[in-house]
Amino acid sequence: MQEPLLTMKNIYKSFPGVRALQNVNFTLYEGEIHALMGENGAGKSTLIKVLTGVYPMDGGEIYIKGENRPVHIKSPQDAHKHGISTVYQEITLCPNLTVAENLFIGRNDELLVDWKKNNSRAEGILEELGIPAKPTQQLSNCSIAVQQMVAIARAVDMDCKVLILDEPTSSLDDQEVTKLFLLMRELKSRGVGIIFVTHFLEQMYAICDKITVLRGGELVGEYKVMDLPRVELVAKMMGKELGDLADIHNKAQTDNENTKEVIIETVGLASNSGVKPFDFKAYKGEVTGFAGLLGSGRSECVRAIFGADKVTKGKIKIKGNEVNITSPLKAMKKGIGYLPEDRGRDGIIGDLSVRENIVLALQAMRGFFRPFTKAQAQAFADEYISLLNIKTASADTPVKSLSGGNQQKVILARWLLTHPDYLILDEPTRGIDIGTKVEIQKLVLRLASEGMSVTFISAEIEEMLRTCSRLIVMRDLFVVGELEGDDMTQDKIMYTIAGVNKSE
Amino acid sequence: MLKRKESPTDTAFLLTITISLFIVIYILSIIFLGDKGFSKIQMFFNLFNENAALIVIACGLSIVMITGSIDISVGGSTALICTSCIVCLNNYGFNFFTALILALVIGLTFGAVQGFMIAYLEMQPFIVTLAGMFLGRGLVALIEVNQIQVDNPSFELLSGARIQIPFLGDINKRGVFIQSKLEYGVVIAIIVVCVMFWLLRKTNLGRSFYAVGGNSQSALMLGINVKKTRFNAHLLCGLLAGIGGFLYLFHTRSGSVQQATGLEMDAISASIIGGTLLTGGVGNIFGTLFGVLTSGIVLLIVTAIGSQDPWWPQITRAAMLCFFIVLQSIICSRKRK
Repeated sequence: MQEPLLTMKNIYKSFPGVRALQNVNFTLYEGEIHALMGENGAGKSTLIKVLTGVYPMDGGEIYIKGENRPVHIKSPQDAHKHGISTVYQEITLCPNLTVAENLFIGRNDELLVDWKKNNSRAEGILEELGIPAKPTQQLSNCSIAVQQMVAIARAVDMDCKVLILDEPTSSLDDQEVTKLFLLMRELKSRGVGIIFVTHFLEQMYAICDKITVLRGGELVGEYKVMDLPRVELVAKMMGKELGDLADIHNKAQTDNENTKEVIIETVGLASNSGVKPFDFKAYKGEVTGFAGLLGSGRSECVRAIFGADKVTKGKIKIKGNEVNITSPLKAMKKGIGYLPEDRGRDGIIGDLSVRENIVLALQAMRGFFRPFTKAQAQAFADEYISLLNIKTASADTPVKSLSGGNQQKVILARWLLTHPDYLILDEPTRGIDIGTKVEIQKLVLRLASEGMSVTFISAEIEEMLRTCSRLIVMRDLFVVGELEGDDMTQDKIMYTIAGVNKSE
Repeated sequence: MLKRKESPTDTAFLLTITISLFIVIYILSIIFLGDKGFSKIQMFFNLFNENAALIVIACGLSIVMITGSIDISVGGSTALICTSCIVCLNNYGFNFFTALILALVIGLTFGAVQGFMIAYLEMQPFIVTLAGMFLGRGLVALIEVNQIQVDNPSFELLSGARIQIPFLGDINKRGVFIQSKLEYGVVIAIIVVCVMFWLLRKTNLGRSFYAVGGNSQSALMLGINVKKTRFNAHLLCGLLAGIGGFLYLFHTRSGSVQQATGLEMDAISASIIGGTLLTGGVGNIFGTLFGVLTSGIVLLIVTAIGSQDPWWPQITRAAMLCFFIVLQSIICSRKRK
């Protein structure tokens, strides 16, 4: 039996209020490409950060081949010394320097730089690894894929034994991914152990030998890729057993087919976030959902509709008329509302009061030079505070002092105030308590019954099944299926995500 | 598809533009304003004679700007250097060398204190050096409120000395050949430019300035001591401000509270015209040299055209800055793509 290159044993890590890792084990052998998979909050990045010394661990041991005692990794620099290198999705090189400089800078304390020697050494490294770049080229003139490869080359040249690739393929196109895989195979043949973190199932099956699945900070298991069919992998990531799921599907509310009015329609819509062209229709009085694993393109689809990402292809029609939506403000004026996934970053303005936050979107549509009077704004605020049951001391309270669920309601109120025809709710229930969750779900159903068209996105399948009457299923930035009525079951969703047709 | 034609680095691209612009303007001035003295060789040397101090100070500014920082205290420290050196030369028996040392100490002190606050205490460079600027002028007023002149024969002798350039010169109206003259300060400025060019190009310290300015987070991940690099940049800028301040004194031989007002802005604009990006990571010392020369010649042209109005030089400089900032933002947006 070969000695493992890296062993992580019984790793524990908690943050205030959250147990991020519990008793996690991980083993990596030489020349192995090992996928680390899991949904949001599964603990993938925490595990990586513990391994690279960004976070100290609360408990557990890390062993590295050739060192008899467990190692203590205190910082990323320390991890380097133990032969552990990480290449992040975001390039951590200097774009204004040349390729050769990026390979060598910061690695010695010598006073002088020997450009000739560096360039010729770089030439050798690039050639050996098949990276299509010249040493004297400025890094920002290279494509993202090449920049990523340069980062990998730097790690390899620093004698790394364990290479961590943290979602390296997110911003690459298919051809570039193929190139990267060639490089990964080359490193594998040299005996480097690679930890590959990705959301893309296809890529994982194309290149990896083993999979470790995490969920909710706990180890689900380690599997050989050959032994784990896609459906089972999806089930393990979502934490559901196949087959024995009770059908909790709530019957769809809209049965009167003939009165269905199309509110919004996309034809071959694609955006610069990488989402592939998709067709989608939303009907009046209907709740639709986008389902898929993390990173499958759920949010990207709705961001394209709302004009938050730049549309590169296709058209959007509103009630049959083609419209040109180039910015969120234009989308708002066309009657679209969007409650973003990351309310801290994209939604709430913490220092403003509840009232100001509620009136914000309507004010933006009206133009900032025609402000509402305080009495008008107060009336709006009072109406929605009571309607949505927002728990706040007064309308003047700064939003940041409210709980997460109530903050979410404030943003919801902001959009409802604009009376949109089409409302997009992207993970509206994330991180809020169960009672508020149910309240929001009920509200969504009520809005639909009042004639609004709503798109609801959630990471929790049960929640989607309870609220949506039609589901668009996504995988790896493609729309792979649409489920309706009796087809809407957990099993069916998982099979669709995994790309297996179970109906026969 | 992944293979691309190698395009020039941003630094090289901006440098080419600056140098071409200077040459074009100079040739145009010779063609159209030759009779107003622009065809004289001495004219070219005067560009250096008048701007030696600015060249050195602008080098310092370029270095801090390459690391993504700024220093607007250099005008204030120059005034402080001039006045305190004059007081020491006149009243305390200082000679050329002790005055030079005093100038360097003042410059380095400014650089070190400001660098420490910016790099290690992570304070805003603009605010810190703004405070430095006020402090410099305040100290001048504390030492001497009135304008003062150097009254030190040996210093004046050195300051008045000129290098006679062999074989180069102009024929005056009477037909007599007059050799071109260069001040000694220019020699120091040229040496500074060459040393700084070498430092930025060939040393690890110089390259880490570029790395930190390009992306400080990445630089940290690449194993560069970002704080120390920032500190060093400000220290170096302080040293150059010391040398530059001394050259300023060497050239003008006077000192006052209002002296060198706006010098920091001249240095910053020369740096930008020379192809240094305010956002950091891109710049070249030879570009800065040509930036100073370009602003210098444009100023001379505007004066020669006969406009006595003081706003024309300002407006011309505004136009030049505008041109280069637009160019830079185009480069930046191209990079982001």
